Amino acid sequence: MPDAAGLELIRAEIAEKHPGAVPATSFEHGQAMLVVDPEQVLEVLRWLRDTPGQEYRFLSSLHAADYLPAEPRFGVHYELLNRDRVERLRVKAVIADPPGEELPELDSCVELYPAADFQEREAYDFFGIVFRGHPDLRRILLPDDYVGWPQRRDFPVGGEPVLFTHNEHETAGGDS
Amino acid sequence: MSTLEETAAGVREALPGSEVQLERATEVMTINIGPHHPATHGVLRLVVQLEGEVVRDLYPVIGYVHTGIEKSCEDKSYWKVIPFVERMDYVSYYFQMEAFCGAVERLVELQIPERAKALRVIHLELNRIHSHLVWLGTTALDLGAISMLWYCFRERDKILDLFEMSGGQRMHTRYFQVGGVIEDVPLGWEQKLRRFIADMPVRVEQYMALLDRNEIFLNRTRNTGVVPRDRLLELGVTGPLLRAAGEPWDLRKVFDYLGYGRYDFRIPIGTVGDNYDRYRVRLAEMVESVRIIEQALDGLPEGPFIADDRKYVLPPRSELSTSMESLIHHFKLVTEGYRVPPGELYYAIEGPRGELGCFVLADGSAKPARVHFRDSSFVNLQAFRDMCVGGYVADMIASLGMLDPILGGTDR
Repeated sequence: MPDAAGLELIRAEIAEKHPGAVPATSFEHGQAMLVVDPEQVLEVLRWLRDTPGQEYRFLSSLHAADYLPAEPRFGVHYELLNRDRVERLRVKAVIADPPGEELPELDSCVELYPAADFQEREAYDFFGIVFRGHPDLRRILLPDDYVGWPQRRDFPVGGEPVLFTHNEHETAGGDS
Repeated sequence: MSTLEETAAGVREALPGSEVQLERATEVMTINIGPHHPATHGVLRLVVQLEGEVVRDLYPVIGYVHTGIEKSCEDKSYWKVIPFVERMDYVSYYFQMEAFCGAVERLVELQIPERAKALRVIHLELNRIHSHLVWLGTTALDLGAISMLWYCFRERDKILDLFEMSGGQRMHTRYFQVGGVIEDVPLGWEQKLRRFIADMPVRVEQYMALLDRNEIFLNRTRNTGVVPRDRLLELGVTGPLLRAAGEPWDLRKVFDYLGYGRYDFRIPIGTVGDNYDRYRVRLAEMVESVRIIEQALDGLPEGPFIADDRKYVLPPRSELSTSMESLIHHFKLVTEGYRVPPGELYYAIEGPRGELGCFVLADGSAKPARVHFRDSSFVNLQAFRDMCVGGYVADMIASLGMLDPILGGTDR
């Protein structure tokens, strides 16, 4: 884990290369986090991966969260890991929810971290976050014809009727 | 070959002008395996492109046992989430509990007593052996060694007996609580556990005696499913799969949670990274787990088994009839639950299949705003294509067994 001072150093170094890419940092419960501009997330990840002295070459986890009612609403977390120094660093891209039916978009990091493939699909599946440039962005756990983004906070729990044989023809998603 | 050419010559002679192809015509066929197939270890569907017996491409289709656990967790107070998360990866339930409880403990900055740490380590390592036994039994079954299943499940049953004795349930025990464990282990448990750990290394030797010189087993596992170490790291693969490829990476060693740093154990690694190495690594891990349990049991500290913080931990049952304050705490904790200050945290532990991470987002209420599990089977499954393409379809079944995915964990 970089400490609070180390985190500010990383932020300053990124700011030299990519101004405005890291608007904020946070250091809570001993975990360091960079909050990045969603348009520059790939540049930041590439910098963190390839710069000598950083080399966060392992992506442990990629997941999304819905911060409703906060704005911007969505966060995509990249849990990076440097295995030599045993340091974790979280990168969080915060994305606003576009108006209407449009879906929030973010660049896919599959080129940089192939490990993100399934996990980006999962974030798309449950939050409707579109990863631009993902090779195969389909739903992964839910059925292909599913409508809605169930892990969003405004999607109700139990909002979906349970399928039985007696109601399967009336319910969306069932075989009619 | 000569007969084929002779036949062709005969045909050309009999039917002048006709074309005779000596090359075997192959076509790529798409085969669907699963979701209900005994060799897929759960409800996994594989869409495989076969050219004859050779796998040319494949992709896994998952989600058949998706039950929306992560969403359901958002509707439950923190202590009610524990039984939910246990049911994700149903063979490593103690690990799910530890990942979630550990994350919440770190969010509320609650220290857990030393005895609770040791008891957790013992149960986690028992669970690791249990998980590897389920893996060994079913995988050997896939490879034709039917008797292995009975031997492995015999030892697994002893572990389940121990779980039943300490937590009241054989599976999904809800034994770990935020702050420690729910109950101290009962009298006689230690003796029973000592008998088990004295027995287990001998059993592992017996398994090896059965499999290590079995020619069928060796032929089917050696040099199959090899993926280079760098590629595994790229794909985010962790756990025994990565260690079998020669990378000594184990979160228990590097992150020192639950006091793992004080135990003396080794990280078994392989050299080639084939299915045989994966098998050897897991068997060696069982023996190492026994060593950890032995040390934890010898050094089991006296003292409380759960933290004494009434804000988060239920007061002892005996106090309820004498102390008004305890009754109020009990009532508040059971009805509303405790509030967790806003924050987010990722806590990763070494599960039997690799890095098991839990991300918890707290919004200040008594319910988590997001619980996400970084399930190791889910991420490891990405390497399956690399393990199988170019090999035979029979090796694909062996590789799938050695990958050891638990579909309850991938689908959540």
